[in-house]
Amino acid sequence: MSNFLISAKAIEDIDIVEKVSTRQSGGYVIFDGRVRDHNENRDVTHLQYQAYEALAVKEGERIIAEAFEKFNIHKVFCVHRTGDLQIGDSAVRLIVSAKHRGTAFDACEFIIDELKIRVPIWKNEHYTDGSSGWVECHECSKHAHHHKES
Amino acid sequence: MNTYHLQYFSLLGDFTKKSCETLTSKASTPSELYAEIEALYSFSHGKDNFRVAINDEFGEWNSVLNDGDNIVFIPPVAGG
Repeated sequence: MSNFLISAKAIEDIDIVEKVSTRQSGGYVIFDGRVRDHNENRDVTHLQYQAYEALAVKEGERIIAEAFEKFNIHKVFCVHRTGDLQIGDSAVRLIVSAKHRGTAFDACEFIIDELKIRVPIWKNEHYTDGSSGWVECHECSKHAHHHKES
Repeated sequence: MNTYHLQYFSLLGDFTKKSCETLTSKASTPSELYAEIEALYSFSHGKDNFRVAINDEFGEWNSVLNDGDNIVFIPPVAGG
């Protein structure tokens, strides 16, 4: 089973803890990225995600493989939405299990940071004034950087 | 002339009004093919922050393309 999935359906009901449970794991860290009602001083009504699924899954799996090389973790599961999402919907859910919490926190942060700059997924935001636009992070394609604010 | 299968995402879907198409082209690299797409759909966005994928793997703008290749131009991503 793949550790990294793209889903056109809601992901809130997936039992992600079960996906990474092991008898050796004492720390489970979840990142649940949700649609918020604003971005860069604009009020957001809803949004759409697109993914180039064939490559997104490959790159997501590569990031997870890198996390296993860097951190002493047990299991990882990540699922990212595509399609129409409303405010409060989960866009991405990521869970890491490890012996202790510190390693799980570090690996979780590494994976979501890399996902944001490497995985071919795009977000089209719709605003209260009726306009919409693809969110572009101009720095992403130039060099690795972190999105600690989200 | 080669035949290429293209998928369009994000801005490029808006520019072309398509999600995919098959094109016969004289282009032999992704750079040349991108320029051809810009001319064909009358947009000029540049590709400074873009990447390219060839057959579902990241490629180079000056890679030599083969007949039947699947090409995806990748605008700046925004997952998460």
